[in-house]
Amino acid sequence: MKKYFSTIIICLVLAVFFVAVQLGINSGFISGYWVTNLYLVGINIILAASLNLINGFTGEFSLGHAGFMAVGAYSSAIITANLGLPFPLAVIVGMLAAAITGLLVGLPTLRLRGDYLAIATLGFGEIVRVVLMNIDYVGGASGLMGIPAMVNWPLIFFSVVLSLLLIRNFICSSHGRACLSVRENDLAAQMMGVNITYYKVLAFVIGASLAGLAGVLYAHYYTVLQPREFSFMLTFDVLVMVMVGGLGSLTGSVVGAVLITIASAFLQAIPELRMVIYAALLILSAVFRPQGLLGEKEVSLKILQKLGGVLNGTVGSKQAH
Amino acid sequence: MPDLLQQLLNGLSQGSIYALIAVGYTMIYGIIQLINFAHGDVIMVGAYVALGCALMGLGLIPSLAIAMLTCAILGVIIERVAYRRVRPVSRLAALTSAIGVSLFLEYTMMYFLGADIRTFPAGFFPERTYSLLGVTINNKDLLVLGTTLVLVIILQYIIYRTRTGKAMRAVSFDGQAAQLMGVNVNSTVAITFFIGSAMAAAAGLLYGIYFNTVQPLMGLMPGLKAFIAAVLGGIGSVPGAMLGGILLGMTESLVAGFGGSMYRDAVAFIILILVLLIRPTGLLGKGVQEKV
Amino acid sequence: MEGVVIVKFFKKKSKAYVALFTALVFLFGVFASGCGGGESKTAGEDVIKVGVNFELSGDVATYGTSCKNGIMLAFEEINAQGGVLGKKIEALVQDNKSQNKEARNIAEKLISEGVVAIIGPAVTGAVKIQETVATPAKIPVLAPAATAPDVTYDEKAQKVRDYIFRVCIIDPDQSLVMANYIYDELGLKNGAIMVDKNNDYSVGLGETFKEFFTAKGGKIVAEEGFVSTDTAFKPQLTSIAAKKPDFIYVPAYYNQVGLIVKQARELGIDLPVMGADGWDSPKLVELAGAENLNKCYFTNHYSVEDPSEKIQNFIKAYEEKYKATPDAFAALGYDSAYLLVKAIEQAGAADSQKIRDALENIEGFEGVTGKLSYDEKHNPIKEISIIELVDGKQKLVKKMQPEH
Repeated sequence: MKKYFSTIIICLVLAVFFVAVQLGINSGFISGYWVTNLYLVGINIILAASLNLINGFTGEFSLGHAGFMAVGAYSSAIITANLGLPFPLAVIVGMLAAAITGLLVGLPTLRLRGDYLAIATLGFGEIVRVVLMNIDYVGGASGLMGIPAMVNWPLIFFSVVLSLLLIRNFICSSHGRACLSVRENDLAAQMMGVNITYYKVLAFVIGASLAGLAGVLYAHYYTVLQPREFSFMLTFDVLVMVMVGGLGSLTGSVVGAVLITIASAFLQAIPELRMVIYAALLILSAVFRPQGLLGEKEVSLKILQKLGGVLNGTVGSKQAH
Repeated sequence: MPDLLQQLLNGLSQGSIYALIAVGYTMIYGIIQLINFAHGDVIMVGAYVALGCALMGLGLIPSLAIAMLTCAILGVIIERVAYRRVRPVSRLAALTSAIGVSLFLEYTMMYFLGADIRTFPAGFFPERTYSLLGVTINNKDLLVLGTTLVLVIILQYIIYRTRTGKAMRAVSFDGQAAQLMGVNVNSTVAITFFIGSAMAAAAGLLYGIYFNTVQPLMGLMPGLKAFIAAVLGGIGSVPGAMLGGILLGMTESLVAGFGGSMYRDAVAFIILILVLLIRPTGLLGKGVQEKV
Repeated sequence: MEGVVIVKFFKKKSKAYVALFTALVFLFGVFASGCGGGESKTAGEDVIKVGVNFELSGDVATYGTSCKNGIMLAFEEINAQGGVLGKKIEALVQDNKSQNKEARNIAEKLISEGVVAIIGPAVTGAVKIQETVATPAKIPVLAPAATAPDVTYDEKAQKVRDYIFRVCIIDPDQSLVMANYIYDELGLKNGAIMVDKNNDYSVGLGETFKEFFTAKGGKIVAEEGFVSTDTAFKPQLTSIAAKKPDFIYVPAYYNQVGLIVKQARELGIDLPVMGADGWDSPKLVELAGAENLNKCYFTNHYSVEDPSEKIQNFIKAYEEKYKATPDAFAALGYDSAYLLVKAIEQAGAADSQKIRDALENIEGFEGVTGKLSYDEKHNPIKEISIIELVDGKQKLVKKMQPEH
């Protein structure tokens, strides 16, 4: 019973949040600027969580996320903008294309270790960008225009929730535990009979397809795609969200994505110093909290309850004085 | 035929600059297994310092010396502030920190000096062009090639003929064992950053003269390419970095010269991925046994 | 008692929770301030708010920064003379990091802060993405430097984009003038084209030039590309030289053109090199070297050597304020600001819709970059100057009206 209780609470909170935001948007209480930021937060959460699945939970060091996102974005945009087919098909094609690319990239490169994999996947991302720049069918450098705007709050909300649910269930399944064992010690995992290549590739493919989903949403919200948007700096931004939130913490990725997106929005007003401050924060957070805000912990109702108890406790002790 | 020769020569100069940057990369990676993304930006700082010296009327050699010294100190500071605490905890955090340092250097420079391209004053390096067998050679080509060769030879000497070099090799082989044998790991790492960053500054000056541009984001692409060169040659190996840099420069030049200029950057990465898949230790790298 | 225990527990494991807690507080604060921001904005009624959305960091920061500097100089001058309609201009400057998504984000922010118009961004893609927000909100946009025809005219729907105006001349006009000049007046028939494939401005000019030049009977014997981050151009130049063209057309920005011309001369390639308004910067001479630039021509809106008082005053004021010589971006930014102010004046009110209508009917606006009126596609009708570089000095060769 207790188990279901927390699930129900979470569902309720999410439902209230969903409805409240929808009402806020409808009534104009949340301005267009905040809606954009909200959607951007959503897209970033998907990106950060899926990168975390690869980097945090499986312990592979991938820097190819911008590439997967670009594949998802462009393939879905071809479906809707160039071929005029319906949007749901575009979502499927975008995710599938990214997943297949993930498989093709993952199979050979996941044999590599650590930084070598990082630099190889980074290279893959750059290759995708250069290739896109040279395909006239998708507009080359000037980009793909006229993509229909399809993204609204329910779509973003459910994409985020379903992505997080998928990753969470994957991690908690036997597959996920196998992935964790690969991260902790792949040699030992192999000796215990875990097919490490299979699990590495599996996590990689799921992560890639979700990055593809983020790309689909990106394409159908901003309606303009240019290859230069998908440079390795984008992957770095996502990596920073993962790092700030905590490598190996799903809720951490959510926190990281929210914090970084909002912080970046707030620094827009001080253009000259914006990147300097951002960089300084990055160094400070890496040096003083290398495990990220949450480390490998998850935010759950339990912790919130404790936190609530603590707050009550402090109030109580104040009264005692 | 002269065309092909000209293309190879074009690549040789470009490659020597890659090589000089790659040398620093490979040393730092070899010793602490960190992709020092800020290395490219140290090049940029070096170019700016040299430019400042040039504008104050100093000659080539004093400018080079001051730039190398400044960047060497900068490298040590970067290691001390941004990497030392993080390195043992998490490599991903160290990489994040490196990205942070990279952005910090770029945008601090942009804040103070603007995003404008700057150039070395005319006459700082008097240029001459020679024509030989249908091939044109500029004395800048010779300067770049010569400087790279001299610096790499000095570096080889330091690594294989001095006590410091011995300590560096020991730490890169096995840090813990080296420490047990009485090597001061921290100061050895600091010295590696000192030397690697000085090389970067030299590369920055050469790059600045060769292409006549100095700007805050100049280090980004060459930095990345140099890392590819380092992997290509075998990470941790100084002659490997030199070879990798020159090979990469020549390949790029041939690709760009024979119709594929748009794919120049992609080809660099394709080479990288192929090398990693076929021979992860690079051309001159030693195989590393996985320790259980 | 229980509270104390929990407090102890809390202290033990405090770090993560403290961090989490501060994060939540921070978030809350952020949302609170974001929502509260709406109320204070009507306070200052005696200013006119103008959005300035530019690339101030990231890979095209040089262009955005130049534009912004020109704009800020103009607004400073205007405010010093008492502003417009008795009100001062307040420029809300924002950095879009050279990213399209940030450009849109900022457009939304500026609109929610009540700007009457937006100037920027510098590059085409970002202006296009901003259009998706500005048009529904009915906020006029002045794009100082976006040269692609599609920016103001939707070619798919065959419809002008009502709220977008540009200040620069469009690609086909410049390439047409240059193609005519090269073929008719210089008598060169075999050309090579070298474009920045990363940059739609450059690609657009290259394509239209090829079209016009071959239509006249000329031949393009070599086409090469590069990307904006490149610094080594000798490979492409070597292969161009092997095809023996009479000239090379390089419609790109000065920071690459400078290197290309220099490297060409280093390879002993002594051909004329032609380009477009992206060349206009004192940096070009610094990068390439004065004597290397002989036999080079480019099309531009104006010439810095023009003795007209307006131009010389602008250059002097700019140099005084920023300790740098203005480039074409700065001049276009400067003109955009004055153009907007003129439109506000003619509209008689700081009202977005009226400003838009006034912009559409602008007649003979005298800017640094020439006289300007709009055609039905919101493209400025300007004369185009052909400029020759002689020992590093710009020499006005000819002024031409682009006639298709």
